[in-house]
Amino acid sequence: MSKKSYRQAINEAIAQEMRRDPRVVVMGEDVAGGQGAPGEDDAWGGPMGVTKGLMPEFGRERVLDTPITESGFIGAAIGAAATGLRPVADLMFVDFMGVCFDQIFNQAAKFRYMFGGKAVTPVVIRTMYGAGFRAASQHSQCLYPIFTHIPGLKVVIPSNAYDAKGLFIQAIRDDDPVIFFEHKMLYDDIDEVPDEAYTIPFGEANLTREGEDVTIVALGRMVKLANEAADALKKQGVSCTVIDPRTTSPMDTDSILESVEDTGRLVVVDEAHPRCNMATDISALVAQEAFRALKGPIRMVTPPHTPVPFSPALEDIYIPSTAQIIAAVKATMA
Amino acid sequence: MSDDAIKPIGMPKWGLAMTEGKVNAWLAAEGAAVNAGDEILEIETSKITNVFESPASGILRRRVASEGETLPVGALLGVVADADVPDADIDAFVEQFRQAQAAAVVIPPPEPKLVPAEGWSVRVLQMGPDDAGAALPLLLLHGFGGDLNNWQFNQPDLAADRMVYAIDLPGHGGSTKSLAAGDVAALADAVRGAMAALGIARAHLVGHSLGGAIALQLALDEPARIASVTLVCSAGLGPEINTDYIEGFIRSDRRKDMKATVEALFADPSFVSKDMVDDLLKYKRLDGVLPALRTIADAVFAGGRQAAVFTDRLGTLEARVQAIVGEADRIIPPAHARALPDARRHVLGGAGHMVHIEQPAEVNRLIGAFVAFAD
Repeated sequence: MSKKSYRQAINEAIAQEMRRDPRVVVMGEDVAGGQGAPGEDDAWGGPMGVTKGLMPEFGRERVLDTPITESGFIGAAIGAAATGLRPVADLMFVDFMGVCFDQIFNQAAKFRYMFGGKAVTPVVIRTMYGAGFRAASQHSQCLYPIFTHIPGLKVVIPSNAYDAKGLFIQAIRDDDPVIFFEHKMLYDDIDEVPDEAYTIPFGEANLTREGEDVTIVALGRMVKLANEAADALKKQGVSCTVIDPRTTSPMDTDSILESVEDTGRLVVVDEAHPRCNMATDISALVAQEAFRALKGPIRMVTPPHTPVPFSPALEDIYIPSTAQIIAAVKATMA
Repeated sequence: MSDDAIKPIGMPKWGLAMTEGKVNAWLAAEGAAVNAGDEILEIETSKITNVFESPASGILRRRVASEGETLPVGALLGVVADADVPDADIDAFVEQFRQAQAAAVVIPPPEPKLVPAEGWSVRVLQMGPDDAGAALPLLLLHGFGGDLNNWQFNQPDLAADRMVYAIDLPGHGGSTKSLAAGDVAALADAVRGAMAALGIARAHLVGHSLGGAIALQLALDEPARIASVTLVCSAGLGPEINTDYIEGFIRSDRRKDMKATVEALFADPSFVSKDMVDDLLKYKRLDGVLPALRTIADAVFAGGRQAAVFTDRLGTLEARVQAIVGEADRIIPPAHARALPDARRHVLGGAGHMVHIEQPAEVNRLIGAFVAFAD
């Protein structure tokens, strides 16, 4: 057990699995860096350094720098998975999904079903998401709702380093296509992370706070903000349960429903665009299954329905804040 | 007026992770007479809520901490002194303590270490005085599915006058997870190897549950190494074992299931906190843990009965043996302890299978008296 960052935890998960299973390979744009050019090998390890150190240990046969063509290499990773490898493919920014989405949602997601169980596609597609980086509208989106919408895909959104390592190892060992969402603002967050390999099952939420008055469901980076809001509210006499689903597909709906049965009040915090996001999905589910337990309307805390701004001042207003979460909780108590 | 006349009651440190505690309730009134061992406070931490027994005897002259207040480990909670100590002296003491705390240098608590033994690596937490003199060390052995943190309410107290080692058994805690054989004899041999690696020539053993059976095996195998054995809710004294609990522990993969399973360990199920359940799940998800637990359960509890029972050989042991059980133990029948004579058997009411956690002061007192006797 030692303190590691979110970045180190993911790096360690990949490295330990690559040591354990020779079929695990890594591929993407500059996952090492320097391929085919003079100068430093393993110059990059990906844009945020997550895969640094893997090419020197495992070689260019298992850590592949690809051309800039997601439609090519995501497709190749999916095909490789269907023929026996266990690739970890880097869709650098989830915003780039457009050019490779058919490969993901029409091919990888459906192989198991359409081939009557004869094909499995054990691919992990890891991808960066989220705003706050001043990376503007084409590099800051949270597109996990679109992947969650597709049956046959598993969608994982870790909020901290401990969860990131366990969920990544689980993702590599899972025989289905897993889309692993890494918030670009979380890479330096530190947590106690075991040195040994471990797994965390999909479809099991984590409760980061327990309280009786309000249930707050939050995803990814929003979990930290929800915790801050819960701690501030506790001092004002309002106790909140904070639920981090960790995976949206499969999703631990039981934990959410049980908590709402207890508290009667729900706030869902989702950094994804407000139309058809996870907040709408969870709210509808709770409204159908736990309507009588609700003491009032469900509140969703989301950005406005606009592209992510490039102006730092506007980007800061765009992202949901702790203050907005506190206000939403208070609105449910009114 | 000597300084010993005024005794501070400080926030205890329960376990490695505790940095602060919340005063849920005072259980003794200001001005009341208290004896060492009396329950005076209920303290809540993120890991557990437990009663705190007074370390000192006298009158509870001042309740410094308020109910609902959260304070760091070591902070002043109250003051015990005789009735004739002037109030002004008490005030001065409280103020002095506050100033000393503000200026205090924090001594980091002992951290567990990973030590290579024979064929495995053992995680060990060592606590003790700078000079233990002739007092023999204590070795604490946890039970099935546990780890060295199970002794967090015992090890610091017991370490006041002798070195105390708490280790993680093979397959548990931070020790090596892979094991070839999980029977009591194999586990006892691993512990023997750990003692050798730690340079422990001769020690008193305290074993909880499966750890007790291991302690008995070790005392039989290595009479020269073992001075005494304290059995706490121990296995090895009869065939009955609650296999529903063992299988439930191995099977429980989700919070709700694990919570329901481990509630059976305590007389009062409210002992089971969210953090306790989360820590158990995190342990179980480490690579190698499930196969290790399966191997041990199949070897030690095969067919729903304990495989290693030592009652017929207790008389041949050179080491002195005592047994402490909880009257409400639902895992191993407390009646098993009747294998020992009445004078060496202690049944604590209101406690279950985790008597060393449920009633630590009494358990510590019994261990302390016994090892002093057997040193």
